[in-house]
Amino acid sequence: MSIVTVQLGQCGNQIGHEVFSALCSDIRGTHGLCSKKENESYQDSCKERFFCEEESGVPVARAVLVDMEPKVISQTLSMAARSGHWKYSSHSHFCQKQGSGNNWANGYFVHGPKHKEAIVDLVQKEAEKCDRLGGFFTIMSMAGGTGSGLGAFVTQCLRDAFPASFILNHVVWPYGTGEVIVQNYNSVLTLSHLYHSSDALLVHENDVIHKICAQLMNIKQISFRDVNQVIAHQLGSVFQPTHTAGGGSGYSRNPLGDLMETLVPHPEFRMLGLRNIPQMPESSLPYSTFSWPGLIKHLRQMLIANAQMEEGIDWQVRPPHPGSSIPSTNKALHFNTSIANLVILRGKDVHGVDLGSFQDPSLYTSWLNPQDAFNAWKTPRAFNKYEKSAALVSNSQFLLKPLDSIVGKAWNMFASKAYLHQYTKFGIQEEDFLDCFTTLEQVISSYTNL
Amino acid sequence: SALSLPFAVGQCGNQVGCRFWDLALREHAAVNKKGIYDEALSSFFRNIDTRSGDNGPDIYKGKICSLKARALLIDMEEGVVNEILQGPLRDVFDSKHLITDVSGSGNNWAVGHKIYGCQYRENIVEKLRKTAEHCDCLQCFFIIHSMGGGTGSGLGTFVLNLLEEEFPEVYRFVTSVYPSGEDDVITSPYNSVLAMKELNEHADCVLPIENESLFEIVNKIHQMTNSGKLGSTVKQNSLVTSSAGSTKTLQAKPFDTMNNIVANLLLNLTSSARFEGSLNMDLNEISMNLVPFPRLHYLVSSLTPLYTLADVNVPSRRLDQMFSDAFSRDHQLIQADPKHSLYLACALLVRGNVQVSDLRRNIERLKPSLHFVSWNQEGWKTGLCSVPPVGHSHSLLALANNTCVKPTFIELKDRFMKLYKKKAHLHHYLQIDGMEQSCFSEAISSLSDLIEEYNELDATKGGPRIDPSRLKIAV
Repeated sequence: MSIVTVQLGQCGNQIGHEVFSALCSDIRGTHGLCSKKENESYQDSCKERFFCEEESGVPVARAVLVDMEPKVISQTLSMAARSGHWKYSSHSHFCQKQGSGNNWANGYFVHGPKHKEAIVDLVQKEAEKCDRLGGFFTIMSMAGGTGSGLGAFVTQCLRDAFPASFILNHVVWPYGTGEVIVQNYNSVLTLSHLYHSSDALLVHENDVIHKICAQLMNIKQISFRDVNQVIAHQLGSVFQPTHTAGGGSGYSRNPLGDLMETLVPHPEFRMLGLRNIPQMPESSLPYSTFSWPGLIKHLRQMLIANAQMEEGIDWQVRPPHPGSSIPSTNKALHFNTSIANLVILRGKDVHGVDLGSFQDPSLYTSWLNPQDAFNAWKTPRAFNKYEKSAALVSNSQFLLKPLDSIVGKAWNMFASKAYLHQYTKFGIQEEDFLDCFTTLEQVISSYTNL
Repeated sequence: SALSLPFAVGQCGNQVGCRFWDLALREHAAVNKKGIYDEALSSFFRNIDTRSGDNGPDIYKGKICSLKARALLIDMEEGVVNEILQGPLRDVFDSKHLITDVSGSGNNWAVGHKIYGCQYRENIVEKLRKTAEHCDCLQCFFIIHSMGGGTGSGLGTFVLNLLEEEFPEVYRFVTSVYPSGEDDVITSPYNSVLAMKELNEHADCVLPIENESLFEIVNKIHQMTNSGKLGSTVKQNSLVTSSAGSTKTLQAKPFDTMNNIVANLLLNLTSSARFEGSLNMDLNEISMNLVPFPRLHYLVSSLTPLYTLADVNVPSRRLDQMFSDAFSRDHQLIQADPKHSLYLACALLVRGNVQVSDLRRNIERLKPSLHFVSWNQEGWKTGLCSVPPVGHSHSLLALANNTCVKPTFIELKDRFMKLYKKKAHLHHYLQIDGMEQSCFSEAISSLSDLIEEYNELDATKGGPRIDPSRLKIAV
């Protein structure tokens, strides 16, 4: 099954490029550590999922690039072409000149309706190239104007045009201390709208990835490219082919569907966080060995203690004793309650790994059977030169604090009416803002009371 | 790409404008080695096939043939504009760009605004439309002028009004040179206050500049480069005051060094719209992020570094020094101290080899010493442009919406009132058709209201922080 990626705005296009780059580099690598047959099956599955074959033999990414100004798309297209290993189709991008001015309302109410036909048309064309369409993967930031506003509009259009398809939105949360002054407004507007049209939101926070770059990857002068490459690695570890539990011997034929089924049992809870272990500079890989029990132990504690990476984990946090758990005790322990978790294992000796610790009922909220709440996907084919790697996709309280912080700051600004004139001139009303705040307070409340 | 259209109005405006186009050509020549007409160049220049003369067709791709500025030069005296047309920039401009007269405005805002405004309205609209026709997508108008005289101030603000009427969707940025207390034009307070009303009501963003600040920066550079304090040689073309490497070979005029600073301000402001980077910042984003309430649109600017030493290796200490300098009193382009006043918002546009971690490190470092308004504690807008200015490996432009502009406005009001109370020189204005006493009272009222808005904000500084209670959801 194939996935069509829609790259929206500067962030979406910059990350999208790194994702396809990482996927391509992974399948070209000879570090699969598995049988030739397995490796070929993996390569074929990845290619079918993300790339199209052309006569020239160079794989063409199944992607649509959208931006309201030309520089980033132009750069993205040429960087891909220069790699020689893959490229974007020359007809799959849509571009304007003006930009969105960091204004969500401009993206949603002006650019959206104006360019709807052209954009959906491009997506339609990409979808038609797929033998079987597995759904859509959109990449956007929620801080600016295009990815956020136009992105929210496009998501809605995709929902209307493809009612039976899965839509997964990858949303990048900006650094807490401003990239954009009105980022909290744009974020509230984006998240509340996406909640109504998307199947799930897979979130990366710039602050978290930045720490990984600094402490785990040892990068001194961290650039956005560095951040995007870590994000791409984490996404690749989720989206590269795997065997799902009931999938028999073949790779999963419905990756997005499987993801939704395992992780989003209830429409009120759509926010997914992502953790990956181990993470280190490529140069250190040959000198490191890991054991699965060690990796699993760390990953589980990262989940429980809501650690952002494998360093600095608070080992004091423990799950509450059965029978004593009420939400308020959990909060005091900073214990992260889950609705559903998915662990994806790749590499050497995966099939023997014991994941029983993730099925502990005390990790989960009471209204799901732990057997249903936890899933594991495995593949012996190693990913991106890591002999062993594990990814955790979690529908839990991971994002509760950051979400609450964003809503709080936006509310504070809204109460003083600052910047509202910039939005209202593009068609949004104060009541619309209030509706969005209400939606998100509801989400916060739901996750708090797990 | 989305284009910016500069209008130079009046003597000061055109002197700055002249430096601007010269340095713009220098900047693009440094980046564009193959002489190809690219997207970046197209934001300020058209490319004309001159085989059929000056009215030749635009060439959108390929080699540079003949560059023409996208601009209008307006002056009611001929001196400055004639110099431009006879100087090294003569090929970049032709009659399509010019609106001139001979007699000047006599340092009278009313002459510029009412008389010349009326007289040249049609001419201006026509030339404006023609220029805009050649622009694929117009994002922003820049007006460059001074406030204290007659043409720049009066006709300049007339043009501002005109732009709003004819192209309401296009942003209007105004770079205004404010007169100092010792200005030799006696009526400069009248001209400035009358112009301020127009800026209050019709500009999207104003970048006030004060000659004293430019003068102090010029002196500081002069001292540093001549004192022998600097270990290595200073790269001449890196001086923010320098014309080195541009087309100007004649003896520099006294104001050239100061005008180069303003020209560099505009180049840096538009750099992220012209050149690529990992976090682009367009002009419409500046307006969006830095103007929380419509009338509070006055932005204090600072440029660093003022010069570069010849050694290429820049340790991060020096990079951090660049950020510190941007917040120091003596790098601001008006006489103001943002550190001790209240920030409503702040933008940092970095150029060159600077990454997001450098930006973050410095924001974290400087934040504690700055006062931000309670509803915008993290009010930072940032941009990263890969291409540095000529002669530098990196640079920083800081734009602050800060209550430190207030003293400038208060002083202006005081100087105005000194004259107005005695009705000094008032008759020169009132005898102009369309001018009445109410023009003056409305103008000073508009300025007073603006000052009051800043006062109210200042009153909140250091006060208790009470966050509004959040919406309650029924569980």
